[in-house]
Amino acid sequence: METTVDNNLITRPENILGRVITSAKIRDAVKGIKRIKRSHRQIKAENVFRKTIILVALATVVLVLGIMLTLILQSVLSVKASGIGYLWGKTWDPVRDIFGAYPFILGTILTSFLALFISIPFSFAVAIFLGEYYPKGWLPNLLKNTVELIAAVPSVIYGFWGLAVLVPIVRSFETKIGVAPVGLGIFTSSLILAIMIIPYAASLGQSMIKMVPANLKEAAYSLGATRWEVIRSVILPYTKSGLFAGILLSLGRALGETMAVTMVIGNTTLIPKSIFAPGNTMASVIANEFTEADHPVYLSALIELGLVLFLVTVVINLIGKRLTKQFTN
Amino acid sequence: MQAQSNVKFRIGKSTGFQALTVGLAFACVVPLIFILIYIIQAGITKINWHFITNLPKPVGEAGGGVANALLGSMIIIGCASVIAIPFGILCGIYLSENKTSKLAYWSRLCVDILQGVPSIVIGIVAYFWLVKPLGGFSALSGSAALAIMMLPIIIRSTEETLLMLPDSLREAAYALGMPFHRVILKVIIPCGISGILSGVMLSVARIAGETAPLLFTAFGNPYLSGNVLKPMQSLPLLIFNYATSPYNDWHDLAWGASCILLIFVLLLNIFTKLITRKWKVQL
Repeated sequence: METTVDNNLITRPENILGRVITSAKIRDAVKGIKRIKRSHRQIKAENVFRKTIILVALATVVLVLGIMLTLILQSVLSVKASGIGYLWGKTWDPVRDIFGAYPFILGTILTSFLALFISIPFSFAVAIFLGEYYPKGWLPNLLKNTVELIAAVPSVIYGFWGLAVLVPIVRSFETKIGVAPVGLGIFTSSLILAIMIIPYAASLGQSMIKMVPANLKEAAYSLGATRWEVIRSVILPYTKSGLFAGILLSLGRALGETMAVTMVIGNTTLIPKSIFAPGNTMASVIANEFTEADHPVYLSALIELGLVLFLVTVVINLIGKRLTKQFTN
Repeated sequence: MQAQSNVKFRIGKSTGFQALTVGLAFACVVPLIFILIYIIQAGITKINWHFITNLPKPVGEAGGGVANALLGSMIIIGCASVIAIPFGILCGIYLSENKTSKLAYWSRLCVDILQGVPSIVIGIVAYFWLVKPLGGFSALSGSAALAIMMLPIIIRSTEETLLMLPDSLREAAYALGMPFHRVILKVIIPCGISGILSGVMLSVARIAGETAPLLFTAFGNPYLSGNVLKPMQSLPLLIFNYATSPYNDWHDLAWGASCILLIFVLLLNIFTKLITRKWKVQL
């Protein structure tokens, strides 16, 4: 642009003689200045934008560190009061200032693992059904979407349904087998949890099973293996770590689930004597007692429970994610 | 004869396993269908204009509605979205533009961690960050807690959508002399908008039913309130409080509210699925 402007100036006679400033020249000069200004503005905006997104990414790190730090700082009081014995102290009595988390840790482990135990056959069946037997078609697609909807239903609704429907059923079942017919308890919460966590292991397992190389399966078929034999000796060993990751993610969900469990577990601070007895999980104790905690040590003891829950779920989730990543690469 | 019967046995075993798999797979759907039918049956008769526009009545009086919870849910979810959507999308942009930087590694790790944090723990943290400094329960602190829960979903879906766009698109824009922020805002984001939007909708569907983080932040309020610095009722909180109460009138309100919440969440999920299928975006 600049050179053509100069050429025009030279070839026009009036410019050579008297350096007459034409309107065209002014226009071009103004344009040039505007252009420079604009590009300066753009560069500035570009820098601001780059810095903003870096700050935002930094903020996620700060957020997670902040969460961890808050939990640690707020539970210091309880750690000082109860020490490490907090984890296996068997009584939880806020009135006498005795805080032992063992009943809740036991309750959490019982409900989560029982739920996992019930849900695994179902979620693996879905995974194998969608990954191997019927990967395409409208019916499998419908099944896939429906199973994913299980995860979409709010947990408070599961809890309400459990309270209204599942508790009476469990109660009559308990009368039949001859234990105290409470209805509320570890068993009922495990059933609800089992339904809720099916989709996590199922959808991950399904995508893992789809990634098994076809030539491996074909080799097994060509040796005369039946479909079941291919699944057992090719697909399952190949996807072992992926399926395990799915189980871990399900477990992580089950450990942290609060509302549905709170509504049907019965909420007692006693150690559950059997799986049909009422109990409490770490998450449900926090939900029930947090707003009632009337002195600092009590509140701090509840936060320490939250810290334990946070650390356990974070570790389980990170292992699960790591395994998934290893598998997909 | 021996070999033949052996083959028959193996084939039978294979067929048996297939039947078992199909049976178990479809058995998963049964509880969901039961829940849907039960809640819609119990709730749909309660829903009418009166139910939507009135406040809950005290125990012993029939009727009443959930207007305060509906309004509260809308305000709380709206505030959470205002906080989380820009933040999440910007972070997703950073992660997709800087695949290998150290900050991206740590940020990604933190997003993974955030995704697994139990919702009740986020409630505790929001209590100490906002409720205590502000001197009381408030809808804003509830929104902040829910925003933290929305973040990982929005960040992940933004990042993954943007990574799927071909590099040639970006390079063509740079070749025309466009500055970085205009390439992102005018080229990359519009191309990936369907994926980002579906992530946002999914996150809204996820938090719409969250109760645990609201227990000690928004807290609940039996009256109509539009002040975000005061306690506010929301649908999940109302369901929890009324479902665990011993009164039948309150149970009726809770069934109606459950029905509204369930239909809203499921429709949002199905709608998101349809969008992703139409635009061929995989989340």
